[in-house]
Amino acid sequence: MTLLDFARGPAMQFAIVVFIVGISFRLVGVWALRHKPDLSEPRQTDAWKGGLKGLVQHAWPYKPFRADLVKEHIIGYVIHLGLLFVIFFYKPHVLFFQDIFGFGWPALPNGIITAIAVITIVALIIALVNRITDPVRRMLSNFDDYFSWFVTTLPFVTGLATAANIWWHYETGLAIHLLTVWLLLIYFPFGKLMHAFWFGVSRYTTGSRFARRGGIA
Amino acid sequence: MSDATTNEIPVDLESKRLSVTRPDVRFDKQGEMSDDERVQKAMQHFAKDFGYVAATYMEACVHCGACAHACPFYEANPDPKLTPIWKLEPFKQAYKREAGPLSFFYKTLNLKSKVTVEQLEEWQELLYDTCTMCGRCTLVCPMSIDIATLVGMARHGMFQAGLVPHELYTVTEKAEREGSPLGATPKVFADRVEWMEDEHEVDMPLDQDQADVLVLMSSIEIQKYPESMAATGKILNQMGKSWTFHTEGYEATNFGMLSGNTQWQKDMTMKIISTAEKIGAELVILPECGHAYQALRWQGANMLGRPLPFKVQHISEFLAEAVESGAIRLNKVNKTVAFHDPCQVSRRGGATPAPRKVLDALGVDVREPESSGNLNFCCGGGGGVITIHRADSLRYKIMGNKLAQLDGTGAEMMVTSCSNCRQNFDDSGEKLHWDKQMNSLLELVADNLVEDTKS
Repeated sequence: MTLLDFARGPAMQFAIVVFIVGISFRLVGVWALRHKPDLSEPRQTDAWKGGLKGLVQHAWPYKPFRADLVKEHIIGYVIHLGLLFVIFFYKPHVLFFQDIFGFGWPALPNGIITAIAVITIVALIIALVNRITDPVRRMLSNFDDYFSWFVTTLPFVTGLATAANIWWHYETGLAIHLLTVWLLLIYFPFGKLMHAFWFGVSRYTTGSRFARRGGIA
Repeated sequence: MSDATTNEIPVDLESKRLSVTRPDVRFDKQGEMSDDERVQKAMQHFAKDFGYVAATYMEACVHCGACAHACPFYEANPDPKLTPIWKLEPFKQAYKREAGPLSFFYKTLNLKSKVTVEQLEEWQELLYDTCTMCGRCTLVCPMSIDIATLVGMARHGMFQAGLVPHELYTVTEKAEREGSPLGATPKVFADRVEWMEDEHEVDMPLDQDQADVLVLMSSIEIQKYPESMAATGKILNQMGKSWTFHTEGYEATNFGMLSGNTQWQKDMTMKIISTAEKIGAELVILPECGHAYQALRWQGANMLGRPLPFKVQHISEFLAEAVESGAIRLNKVNKTVAFHDPCQVSRRGGATPAPRKVLDALGVDVREPESSGNLNFCCGGGGGVITIHRADSLRYKIMGNKLAQLDGTGAEMMVTSCSNCRQNFDDSGEKLHWDKQMNSLLELVADNLVEDTKS
């Protein structure tokens, strides 16, 4: 079995199982905790509408906070949109998903994807430098923050190297790229990368709680 | 600290800010417990409330630090440890180790170390002195984490561990024992009602057997702004309401809630609920007090374990309804006004439009600072912070920022609807040589009430 066979076979299966089981376990584990009913008289019903609004309410900072936080939001959007485009709209990735799901979708030209990947890596580096140099973020940060950064950035780097074919041996390079992606999937349920799910749960929760009261959060 | 010690500390009624007199020796640890016991109790009582809401918030933080940019304490002193979410660090640590879905890994592999008593002692200042639970941090959180609620829960653990700041513990214990945190015992209250009746020639029913409306007061008003009582009486009489004050349930403040003692919070809330039920009240009116609104309007039913059998309104909501329905008419006030929103009534209470309707009826020209309404910048005195002497210097700095915002509107008159905010403006305003003063919305309405002799 070559390294590529391993990466495409058992390593992938293992990573996907950990990814799905881990995420479900963590989400259900929190959901299973006590749900206390709120007996206070709601100011307005249909709190769920406030929950849905809550999902998008913090997509951009309120005016008084913009001067301080717009830069961070832009970096955040670049990273997240970069991830989205590179993962789902790079031709070889679309083919990979087509293999699994049985259907595909249009891809973006390779040149554009390469540019997006480079921009995303630059944004990731800026985010890391900010984390280290800003006293607040440095104090809040722990192993999870840095390791999550590492496992997110690594597939971009190995992916670019594969696309540019600069490995000493293409197939081994591709295998390394795949393995870095599986590392991301395996680590995903255990750390802050779970915010991909928590952001929805948390924003909905706060949005609906405060819609019930009438204030905002 | 024994109760004997707390009993000896008098309430300082001379100061602009009501609290116990500055203690010569601080007792910031209560009860006799081993260090291990303190940690265990803190964690146990923190985790006791652990529902999925709190767990979601604990899981969701991405350590972005945005919350620092919304915190009045951090703005006044940009020390990283004043970052709102950092104030919960030991509890986050404990959640991950003890309660979260991955606690097994964290504990077995010792990925999160055990919380120590030294850590908790260090965090006392962060959880009590430097957080008013104003909730402004939630506005900037990309995950919408309700940090203020988590701080309230962390205080439950801190109280049971006997780690409450000296003054806050003292006033809370006084409130549980005497019925008021600041010496406004039932007898003092009755005397003051009588005094105000004479002084303002307003009938103020006390201890009626039956009434439609039960009116509460906060000890700050009873002790410091008693005109509020007369103002409320004047308006209710004008409307022809059947109402009463009651010596068995009059104190609106809830220091059980602020300090983190859930049982005492319940005791304090139950006094009000039982009295309202006893006299058959349909409505309980809360005074100009921010946290009282949280305690009864939003937490009261949860303390009782069933929906409240009466309606609860903050006085500003009651006044808004009265002017809207035409039940009272007001003389026009020809002034420009800036309104300071009490966080617990506006952002965290949802009654933000009410004072604006009242100001509109007064015909004033309202000038809002950029951060007003639900985005309001806290005065720095809520959450029990104003009682703590060692928190004074930072509180004055916050007020400096607040005054700059209000003065920036160019308004002639400053108005709020929270007597705790008001006493903070009085106290800090004096320190900072402010050339204005904070006024009460309620008193402004009473002073400009069109008195109809027919009713």
